[in-house]
Amino acid sequence: MSAVSAVQLEKRSTSTVEAPVRETETREEEELDVPWQVVVHNDPVNLMTYVTMVFQRVFGYPREKAERHMLEVHHKGRSVLWCGVRERAEFYVQQLHGYLLLATLEKVV
Amino acid sequence: MEISRTGEALQISDLDPFLAELLRQIPASTNSEGAPDAEARLFSRPSAEKEICTEWRNYVEPELRRLFRSSTQTVAEDLAQLNGNEKSLRNRGLTIPFEHADAWLNALNQARLVIAEKNKFSDEELNDHDRSPIGSRRDLSLFQVNFYGFLQEFILREMERG
Repeated sequence: MSAVSAVQLEKRSTSTVEAPVRETETREEEELDVPWQVVVHNDPVNLMTYVTMVFQRVFGYPREKAERHMLEVHHKGRSVLWCGVRERAEFYVQQLHGYLLLATLEKVV
Repeated sequence: MEISRTGEALQISDLDPFLAELLRQIPASTNSEGAPDAEARLFSRPSAEKEICTEWRNYVEPELRRLFRSSTQTVAEDLAQLNGNEKSLRNRGLTIPFEHADAWLNALNQARLVIAEKNKFSDEELNDHDRSPIGSRRDLSLFQVNFYGFLQEFILREMERG
């Protein structure tokens, strides 16, 4: 929001500058800023203790928090484990797939 | 069968030939070839976005395949202790170095997922731990999933103890 305003202000004060290029850059930056979330989905085969251990290892969560997420997966079918930049989200999903959990990354809407 | 921790190893002793055979089948049970649903479960889609899935198949999936193969190979090497005298009715023993615990957890999980997917077990079946393994091939597969789960639970408990 603040970046768009800055471009608009600049357009008004310097009409000879190639403003459209700056607007494109702003949109790309906004795209990159869209947060992603790491979601783990329920799977009847994976053991509850195993899933808890994986959450502790991958995200460094204390046992209580890891168990809370595990139970959310178990009862609600999914749990959002982490939210942030895409590259990091991809890294976490890769780790989770290495432990054979059903995990996806999703754009936060 | 008895299972315990001795220093830096897990000891499975008094292992009867039936359970020894189930253990020997772990590496083969991880094989998802010719079973598209099992393959899809081991290498599940990371996203609903096509572009991410394409990149994943090219760069991440080969890494995952290497990891899974490496775990299975470690387990197969440990299981070599059970080779020879397969037809003997004598009980056996197996020593698993504790540093192989992660590989065992991974291979056991691969095997459980592949067997469950190939047999399309329902939630009710997976929670039925008292079913006899003698009834049918399907019952035996379910017993296998539960037995491997029991081993995973033991390994996890020992990992927690440190």
